[in-house]
Amino acid sequence: MPMHGLSSNNRSHPCRGKKIKLTMKEEYKYIGKSYPRIDGPAKVTGSAEYVHDLKLPGMLYARILKSPHASSKIKSINIDMAKKLPGVKAVVTGKELNYKVGLYMIDKDILARDYVRYQGEPVAAVAAIDELTAEKACKLIDVDYEIIEPVLDVMEAAKKGSKLVHPELKKYSFMKGVFDPQPNTNIPHWQKIRKGDMKKGWEEADLIVENDFWNPPVQHVAMETHTAIVRALPQNKAEIWTSAQSPFTVRNLFCVCFGLRHQDVRVRIPSVGGGFGGKAGIHLEPLVYCLSKKSGRPVKLTMTREEEFNTIPSRQGLRSFLKTGVKKDGTITAYEAKLYWDAGAYADYGVNIGRAAATASAGPYEVPNCHVDSFVVYTNKVFGTAYRGFGHLEVLWGVERHMDIIAAKLKIDPLEFRLKNALRDGSKTITGERIYSHTGRVDKCLKSVAKEIGWEKNPKPGNWKKAVNGKIRGKGIAALQKAPAMPTFTSCSVVIKFNEDASCDLLVSGVDYGQGTYTMLTQVAAEELKLPIEKVNVVWDCDTSTNPYDWQTVASRFAVMGGNATIDAAHDALRQIKEVAAQALRCPVGDLVCEDGKVFIKHNPDETIPYEKIVMGYVYPNGNSIGGPVIGRGRFIAQGLTNLDLKTGQGLPALDWTFGAHGVEIEVDVDTGEIKIIKIATSLDAGKVLNEQQCVTQTIGGVVQGLGSAVLEEFKFDKKGRLQNAGFVDYKIPTAKDLPGKFALIFLETELPHGPYGARGIAEHPMISVPGAVGNAFYYATGIEAFEFPLTPERVFFMLRQ
Amino acid sequence: MKTEKLFKIKVKVNSEFYERAVPARMTLLQFVRDECNLTGTKEGCGIGECGTCTVLLDGKAINACMMFAVEADGHKIETIEGEQRGEKLSDLQQAFVDNGAVQCGFCTPGMIMSARGLLKKKSKPTDKEIIEAISGNLCRCTGYLPIIEAIRAVARK
Repeated sequence: MPMHGLSSNNRSHPCRGKKIKLTMKEEYKYIGKSYPRIDGPAKVTGSAEYVHDLKLPGMLYARILKSPHASSKIKSINIDMAKKLPGVKAVVTGKELNYKVGLYMIDKDILARDYVRYQGEPVAAVAAIDELTAEKACKLIDVDYEIIEPVLDVMEAAKKGSKLVHPELKKYSFMKGVFDPQPNTNIPHWQKIRKGDMKKGWEEADLIVENDFWNPPVQHVAMETHTAIVRALPQNKAEIWTSAQSPFTVRNLFCVCFGLRHQDVRVRIPSVGGGFGGKAGIHLEPLVYCLSKKSGRPVKLTMTREEEFNTIPSRQGLRSFLKTGVKKDGTITAYEAKLYWDAGAYADYGVNIGRAAATASAGPYEVPNCHVDSFVVYTNKVFGTAYRGFGHLEVLWGVERHMDIIAAKLKIDPLEFRLKNALRDGSKTITGERIYSHTGRVDKCLKSVAKEIGWEKNPKPGNWKKAVNGKIRGKGIAALQKAPAMPTFTSCSVVIKFNEDASCDLLVSGVDYGQGTYTMLTQVAAEELKLPIEKVNVVWDCDTSTNPYDWQTVASRFAVMGGNATIDAAHDALRQIKEVAAQALRCPVGDLVCEDGKVFIKHNPDETIPYEKIVMGYVYPNGNSIGGPVIGRGRFIAQGLTNLDLKTGQGLPALDWTFGAHGVEIEVDVDTGEIKIIKIATSLDAGKVLNEQQCVTQTIGGVVQGLGSAVLEEFKFDKKGRLQNAGFVDYKIPTAKDLPGKFALIFLETELPHGPYGARGIAEHPMISVPGAVGNAFYYATGIEAFEFPLTPERVFFMLRQ
Repeated sequence: MKTEKLFKIKVKVNSEFYERAVPARMTLLQFVRDECNLTGTKEGCGIGECGTCTVLLDGKAINACMMFAVEADGHKIETIEGEQRGEKLSDLQQAFVDNGAVQCGFCTPGMIMSARGLLKKKSKPTDKEIIEAISGNLCRCTGYLPIIEAIRAVARK
């Protein structure tokens, strides 16, 4: 891996008002500079192609029939009328689909079989000549349900003897050695973390503080709803076009589900209208395949916005019980967490959220004695999946509120209390991982946001009754950390192939669904290939039949893994170029230098060959030729990671940690309960800013998404488990009117030794701990402790008056 | 099955006239995407709550999913495909690229059309007017600020 001896430097980017000049190091030609997105022109002209826009010859349209009940037995389904409707080409029900599908815990049916487990679960599907006909046919399907009392409360569901959402849990396949399902319970995974001696930890404490917290499920709300086209072909082959994050994982899970050969299934992903984790794993593809197979025609299924909310998975809810022992001087002696994840009806992905978030469940703090039980719990609600932050936003909401509550009881400044316990060089995480100074600096992140919002030491709790003109302000801070959550053997690969004019195409299977990944890879390839940046083309559509393997585009892992694989591929290509040039110029390879698309002898720059004369093979004046087309191949695999011990949770789960912090000033309207964000400061230890504009814009977007979680968004279920706000009328996300008055962004650059140019991922982190910072500011504004979010006007109004 | 009654309409979309016979239930969004094959205009919710389908009707920004195609008979529609100026990006398009106002890109066409509707009405809008003009366009990626900056950059030219 390349190591560049850069010292850390701070980058401050106040987004409104005057821009501070950034300290730009000049040793790179392309890295660290702002390049606008390479996909910008296609997207602003409307010519970028999404699955949403695709049509195949002979294509049919599908609709699904969904369960109106949260829990019921399917006594019978009558599809006779639907089949007879002119224009209907295929009707399928769960009865004929004896398959299970899933990522970590293989617990999902393609269509409900015998039982439905949440309101909105698909029970039948129709393919017809148009959507209207398919919709009409769905209405003609008669399902006889026997309603069962649903299991809705996560704490009830976790109890021994609770009604079971999945009585068959013990028979399910899952990733062995990583997950620990509890047969005859609603718990598909129980993550334990045990460190130190809890008895000793509690004895050493002068004060023990206990709090419990809650946050509800929410939706990702990518603007393009889930959509997939599948063409089943003869000889058990299939072609898939899908709005998804991970072409190879879609293909793999699809092939495992149906017993197909990988080479026979081709998954293509063009532009994707947002994902945020909601398009990771596998979703509609198996169902659409069944319809295509049955009808003999390509079929497209697109989720309505309502189905996005109550059929497609969401973010899990979390109930957390936290207990901390501290000495008078603020040293943490013991920490206990019990986490109950409201996974909903399935947990194929959710089990890993309960695992991964548990590893960060003590926050970015040194805890000598620790006991964590993280239970993933089935309930009869729309199920959970990966969502930007992967459980960390939910866990850290409690942790960061808890930290402030403890600090107040100790009468220690909340910033000082955090700094005293912050992970630093020599600390051990709760899973026993050693922290180095190059792991990242949460202390610096905290200090920088505190400075940015004008943090005043030892703040006093506010009193909302003393609000002037009905308004009262407060400031809060919160820290964050997250590592990529992924299997220990996660890998990535890149192919760079040259064209006749010495431009090159870079093939990769990480999907750029908005993060700017491909723009960053363009910079990395140009930097390493010593090629003008306009000569690098990252091929937009991902295609499993032509692009090299990548696991999934998730976990903020692509800057590190894709960046490193690209560097490796570029070096492989350069080696080939130099080997041919060495023969042509009759010199040792070691004497050659590449620059600006040319290779030359370092002490004799007149002896130069442009790449154009090498990349398809070098031709001597007499016609002899050597070499041949240059193709660079690169790869990267996570190294040194271990599965966590099932009994103690000890091990190395993190390829890299990204630390950060937010500081926020809010204004509470005590009459309406509305919270206005006066200013929010965000500091992330990015390791190296690869592209400033992309870092800035992605961070702003993440912070606003975090504010949505903090003050707006929540699923509301009725007593029967039916989702009451499945649409934009009743479920609001931030609009342009909901922006903070001011943003300030700070990017620290504590280099990650194994990151490309020192970089680490920052995609998810901007939204983590935003709710915690707002909740803490709320206390210093009003004097009221918040234990659940979102802090909607309604909730705030009643909190102040109770 | 009964044959659905069709209505003949003539709509100018960007620089072309489209004469089609359409059912009464067809939305303007379906007309633009399916009849005119202009797929730059997207559907994000279908009920007028997200703004991804924004087009201009006689110069005014509207949600194409909330209007029937027959209601557009005789009117002029502008979509994102009409925004480009020959080979060159329009000022708004270029500003969106330059200011990092695009991420996944799905809201972008609607966002640009809302901004265009605003600039047609008022060439030098205030920040408040810019925010008001795009407040019906949801974006989940950018946090809006880069979009506001892009529109502001054009307004200040």
